[in-house]
Amino acid sequence: MLYTEKVMDHFTNPRNVGKIEDADGVGEVGNAKCGDIMRMYLKIEEGIIQDVKFNTFGCGSAIATSSMATEMIKGKTVEEAMTLSNKAVVEALDGLPVQKIHCSVLAEEAVKAAVKNYYDRKGIAYDPSLFSECADCDHGCCH
Amino acid sequence: MRIYADNAATTQMSQTAINAMLPYMDKIYGNPSSLHSHGQEAAEALGQAREVVAGHLGCTAREIYFTSGGSEADNQAILSGAMMGAAKGKKHIISSKFEHHAVLHTLENLEKQGFEITLLDVYEKGLVKPEDVAAALRQDTALVTIMFANNEIGTIQPIAEIGSICREKGVLFHTDAVQAAGHLPIDVKGMNIDMLSLSAHKFHGPKGAGVLYARKGIPLTNIIHGGAQERGKRAGTENIPAIMGMAAALEEACGSMGPQTAYVTSLRDQLIAGLSKIPHSVVNGDMENRLPGNVNMCFEGIEGESLLLLLDMKGIAASSGSACTSGSLDPSHVLLAIGRSHEVAHGSLRLSLCEHNTKEEVDSMIQTVPQVVDYLRSISPVWDDLQKGKADYVIH
Repeated sequence: MLYTEKVMDHFTNPRNVGKIEDADGVGEVGNAKCGDIMRMYLKIEEGIIQDVKFNTFGCGSAIATSSMATEMIKGKTVEEAMTLSNKAVVEALDGLPVQKIHCSVLAEEAVKAAVKNYYDRKGIAYDPSLFSECADCDHGCCH
Repeated sequence: MRIYADNAATTQMSQTAINAMLPYMDKIYGNPSSLHSHGQEAAEALGQAREVVAGHLGCTAREIYFTSGGSEADNQAILSGAMMGAAKGKKHIISSKFEHHAVLHTLENLEKQGFEITLLDVYEKGLVKPEDVAAALRQDTALVTIMFANNEIGTIQPIAEIGSICREKGVLFHTDAVQAAGHLPIDVKGMNIDMLSLSAHKFHGPKGAGVLYARKGIPLTNIIHGGAQERGKRAGTENIPAIMGMAAALEEACGSMGPQTAYVTSLRDQLIAGLSKIPHSVVNGDMENRLPGNVNMCFEGIEGESLLLLLDMKGIAASSGSACTSGSLDPSHVLLAIGRSHEVAHGSLRLSLCEHNTKEEVDSMIQTVPQVVDYLRSISPVWDDLQKGKADYVIH
């Protein structure tokens, strides 16, 4: 099998699929040309991510990494969510095939893009270097 | 229900082919190059297999070279054509944009060695125009190589017309007939084909056996050097069991081609009609010049790998031209060649049928595929934007 059991579980039963109409932050990364787009919605109260939903166009691992990333940030503070790394997502899924690592990068970037959108909406000051564009992704595909 | 709809990738071996192979594993196991009776029994069987294959291609047994499969045959044919040309200072080769990688990568390699390659357009329907071949021919053209039928979208090329143009101009013509052999009538003499490749496992024969037909008088260039097997053009002890299985499978396929083509075509058309009801879907390739078992469609707003995985979980084995299934970031070069955008090409599905498939299976796929497409669209931000009018549909 190409994917681990955890990846297949999150692909076939993705957690937190959907949209949040009154989201406090929405982030989208990826490019349909490259075959994957993730859109993440955050509901934030008092600095805590109360709810998170996602929509993903992409392969099995794109859907699984989105699902895992949402699970990993739900209930966490915004600052904690900002520390989520693609590596942590890969580890939580018991690994991804090498050619699918960029999906985990997209998942990390989607969370960050949603947080950035939240900061922008709320007028919260932040260090722009936290949102450097897809440094780990060498495909030039994410934005 | 488990439905196998990936017959363009490979087929189930037929019982006839299996039965034809078995005696050559434990009873007639000699090396055909050996002079003793064990060896000569094997040599005799090999000769019979060669006659059978030649009979179904319309050539003589001496023009048949057994190989490990279609890729090897493609490589050797193209290399041979290139070397023949180069000996006369001709270093131009004509092919098409949507050949199999066994052809395209061989051509890329020759390009690095100083050959000039012209890849012809296949247009929206996935068909090479014979007049384009004629227009591309030059004084220094060594070889034309155009596939008989495309492996992804199933379009059948005007091989006889291209063959006659090449013959008239005295240019070698090779065709990769891996998807056609056993499924379409082939007559290398009547179609003016100089070289042809085929592979046994695409018509219910075993994997690891193929054929290179090369017209008498064409000097082949060796890829594998060694013993004098295959008239010195392909060294290595012959894979007799697989060759016997291949000959039996080809005989069986050609013997029942008429009724099977009618049956499989009816399944194909039923499946295409059923799946075409999915909104914003499109059939890839020409509907008239199409392999009997080939269904290839794009569904807007979804990605092919996730579609395949979910179909597999529901028991349907299919294939896709999405980047994720090709192991690269680019979707199928075939779908790009017929003008599909990257976005749309990622959402492709190939279902390839054979005579083992049933009407019930087709009905089941017509039920299941739309459900999976709907589900993936329901979680797709691309589909969401299309539905909300934030983006324009590419497939109407």
